[in-house]
Amino acid sequence: MHPALAGIVTIIVGVGGCIGYFYFSNLFIDKILFPAKGPNISRNINRANMIRPWLFLFPALFALGLYLAYPVFATFWLSLTDRDAGGAFVGFDNYSQMMTEPKFWEAIRNNMLWLIVVPAMSTAFGLLAAQLTDRITWGNFAKSLIFMPMAISFVGASVIWKLIYDTRPEGQDQIGVLNAIWLYFGGEPQTWLTITPWNNFLLMLVLIWIQTGFAMVILSAALRGVPEDTVEAAIIDGANPFQIFFKIKIPQIMGTIVVVWTTITIVVLKVFDIVLAMTNGQWETQVLANYMYDKLFRAFDWGVGSASAMIIMLLVSPILVWNVYNARKEMR
Amino acid sequence: MAGLNLSSVKKAYGEVEVLHGIDLNIEEGEFIVFVGPSGCGKSTLLRMIAGLETITGGTLEIGGQMVNDVPPAQRGIAMVFQSYALYPHMTVYDNMAFGMRIARESKEEIHRRVSSAAEILQLTPYLDRLPKALSGGQRQRVAIGRAICRDPKVFLFDEPLSNLDAALRVATRIEIAKLKESMPETTMIYVTHDQVEAMTLADRIVVLSAGYIEQVGSPLELYRHPRNIFVAQFIGSPSMNIIPVNIETAGEETAIRFDDGHSATVPIGTPAHAAGSKAQFGVRPEDLRIAQNGAWLFEGEVSIVESLGEVTLLYVDGGNAEEPIIAKIPGIHDIKAGDTLRFDADPDVLHLFNEDGLAYQG
Amino acid sequence: MDRIVGQKSALLWAVHISVILLVLVWVFPTIGLFVSSFRTSDQISSSGWWSALSTQERSVPAIRVAGDERQDGNLYVVEGELFPDTEANVTAWGTSSRRPTEFQPGDTAELKDGWRLTVSATGTYRLTSPQSVEGERLPRIFSTAASPPEFTLGNYRNVLFSSTAAAGVGQAFINTLTVAIPATVIPILVAAFAAYALAWMQFPGRALLIAAIVGLLVVPLQLALIPLLQLHNAVGIGKGYLGVWLAHTGFGLPLAIYLLRNYMVGLPRDIIESAKVDGATDFEIFVKIVLPLSFPALASFAIFQFLWTWNDLLVALVFLGTDDDTLVLTGRLVNLLGSRGGDWEILATSAFVSIVVPLMVFFAMQKYLVRGLLAGSVKGG
Repeated sequence: MHPALAGIVTIIVGVGGCIGYFYFSNLFIDKILFPAKGPNISRNINRANMIRPWLFLFPALFALGLYLAYPVFATFWLSLTDRDAGGAFVGFDNYSQMMTEPKFWEAIRNNMLWLIVVPAMSTAFGLLAAQLTDRITWGNFAKSLIFMPMAISFVGASVIWKLIYDTRPEGQDQIGVLNAIWLYFGGEPQTWLTITPWNNFLLMLVLIWIQTGFAMVILSAALRGVPEDTVEAAIIDGANPFQIFFKIKIPQIMGTIVVVWTTITIVVLKVFDIVLAMTNGQWETQVLANYMYDKLFRAFDWGVGSASAMIIMLLVSPILVWNVYNARKEMR
Repeated sequence: MAGLNLSSVKKAYGEVEVLHGIDLNIEEGEFIVFVGPSGCGKSTLLRMIAGLETITGGTLEIGGQMVNDVPPAQRGIAMVFQSYALYPHMTVYDNMAFGMRIARESKEEIHRRVSSAAEILQLTPYLDRLPKALSGGQRQRVAIGRAICRDPKVFLFDEPLSNLDAALRVATRIEIAKLKESMPETTMIYVTHDQVEAMTLADRIVVLSAGYIEQVGSPLELYRHPRNIFVAQFIGSPSMNIIPVNIETAGEETAIRFDDGHSATVPIGTPAHAAGSKAQFGVRPEDLRIAQNGAWLFEGEVSIVESLGEVTLLYVDGGNAEEPIIAKIPGIHDIKAGDTLRFDADPDVLHLFNEDGLAYQG
Repeated sequence: MDRIVGQKSALLWAVHISVILLVLVWVFPTIGLFVSSFRTSDQISSSGWWSALSTQERSVPAIRVAGDERQDGNLYVVEGELFPDTEANVTAWGTSSRRPTEFQPGDTAELKDGWRLTVSATGTYRLTSPQSVEGERLPRIFSTAASPPEFTLGNYRNVLFSSTAAAGVGQAFINTLTVAIPATVIPILVAAFAAYALAWMQFPGRALLIAAIVGLLVVPLQLALIPLLQLHNAVGIGKGYLGVWLAHTGFGLPLAIYLLRNYMVGLPRDIIESAKVDGATDFEIFVKIVLPLSFPALASFAIFQFLWTWNDLLVALVFLGTDDDTLVLTGRLVNLLGSRGGDWEILATSAFVSIVVPLMVFFAMQKYLVRGLLAGSVKGG
């Protein structure tokens, strides 16, 4: 069967199956298991209502458990075993082996750099763009252009930026903008992506370019939510536009800034496509996610690969805990 | 310190003019209340005085100086906002100190002024709290305290009590009255749509409607001598009853005839040419009495009786008035819906307006 | 803000200019790709895309004089053309790599053995020699050619339909669609029922479940790769579309449930309660009231999921594999970057093919995208 056809069939089967499941399981508890009639009518209705939520939840919980919760534990187990030895338990050997690899430490170091630079720059640019575009009539148009890279895949963005970083030998016309500008100011053509440690920043630029739009959209909504009268009160108090921005508006949207920051942090921890497409971790640009991919699918070393995945999980955990804490606080 | 002078001040948003030339002179130390229905332009006028809205025509002077183009902070004003506008991320102390810190006052001066404002407003125990840890009334006092700290020449209030519940509103109103007493030289301008606040607080009330000033005067002046039907009905609660009449004879005293044919004489002077014209007769609910015997003004059938204890409100259909005539009679009465009653009033408290709604001055 | 007295208009100008600069910087990279995808490979590799509209000068690699010799009087002549296929003008030429611009068009170069070489401005050359050049090594011509700006749809034709050069970008496009659409549609219904239960039904453990879903939102899917691959192999799905669809469904569910629940919780309680009073069951309430009212949230999630599945590389690589007939666009692009890293006409065009669908979705449905982002992110703010 042609894959596209299979796709259509899958949609029909999937959607139809869902509707059928929900419909018939409802029918089943209402009409057969606990019919709302007869001597036990109120007891039956109560029981049906106790079961129904789980009926609604079951497919989702099953998929979540199988595709997200279970793998966390399975990966942890894998990280404690050795595939070549038939999956024997080896304790933390994989971790200690990983710790001896310079590539791992390079990935950790680069990831830390990414974790600082990308969220900071994306948030800063996003804040700047939000504040500026909110004050002009064509702001929405400008916003959607800055927001646009959001729709582009990391790989597509990597191609776009590789064209910018492209290098031609000396004497030929440069077709990469960066070298063209560099030459205009009297430099020699550079192969940018091989220059450590600056190549890391050139890779980060791609992600900043993508994430700024996200930060801008969220922060712009937050800025518009700042009560206008606190701004007016500050104007009467004599604050200038910069003081209003930094002393009145920013502190009031601090909660949103934290949310934006942490969201981008998670994206950064998972970033893999950009590095794979642009340098594949060469020239000291390795990051954890790509290191993990290397180990899992190139070296087929599932133990160390899983160990590095657990490191990513470990780095995400504080944000996970913080989000859950906030969500629970909000529900109360 | 500073009076204000507004001469033909206008405000337009593009083509739409919302204030049509306001002329007003405010003396130093006066407590002025702008009152009017929503959309009349009173808040816009206040914000123009504050500098939060540009003035599109005319001139505004504060303390004898033209300030049309002076930024808000340099006008010597302070403003208390309807929703308090406290900086939510700053403590009470920092809220009050913010303006002085911007102006680079010395630490000691800031401390001195914040402490004294906090003292006046009984906020001293709360200085380290964030606004969200305060009650509505306390937040309102912080907003006032922040204004006091600016040591303004002109104090602006934009409906400051409208977010408070009824009991707190009365208490805070009294506090504002006290505040005014303690700052006799400070001019205060206060916007409200609540006529009780206007009557109790103001030295003079400015009644606005649809971008025009309807009347300026002391509370009792407006109550006793409204210049037109709008002011007459706006001041006082329940509103003044308006009954259509015909003027039979004009002169120092005027004879009027109600639509049901009954005639009466009121001690209000009308010009000779008014004879034979239509007019509007006005009497306040609290001025109506049940006629004992002899002379009466009009009669009607009671449709609803509301006994409030101290007074009884009677809704009466009669006199061909558009709305039921309301009579507010002291005490408790044994009157039932369906009764027909005759009403009378003291001749001194009657009002007569011409067809355009302007008062004939008695 | 601009109505406030004393706000300087100069500042507003600065704002306008800064925004223009910011926007330019942000669209510049994408425009570069877009313009490049319409240029010929010669022009792409000889000049930056920003000069695409001006005449292109480039140094042409050496071309050896070749052609049949004929006799003209007592001279032997070889004639030919430097650029038989393209329209270009010679602005300078030479016969040695050290001096490639030694001669002007129309000049005659004196070479060894009495050879004389002339190159005209249109690129025709003429070599004359007093004796036959049969079997001799003929001279090379180094030239600088100027050609008018040239735009072409050929790259797209090449990339999408040709079976050779671009190696199946068209196929990859169809593969990507095949991955993205079912992976977008399937999670929606599953998530919607769960979201309704979490928003409007009372049962013990509800708060705990919501917290768990918030937690799962950030679990890196990197952790899921190997265990799930093992699982798929164990149950016989193996690598293939079904596996990708299931994986995307699983990974998309937390966001779907979270977004939809947040939206449904905000629906007016009165409507749902009055329907209950009227005797509607939860199933009817969900299908007839909540689902239609939740359309904006459903649309938001659908856009997210579509963009995410379309743009995804990792899940497709792992669960679909790297064979040519199943490779998705992102995977194809990565391969091209490796194998044809310098062929910008193919790279740029392929990349543009891969981003054009998400861009169209983005511009058409931006409203829902923004709404979804706000619903998904602004909390505790």
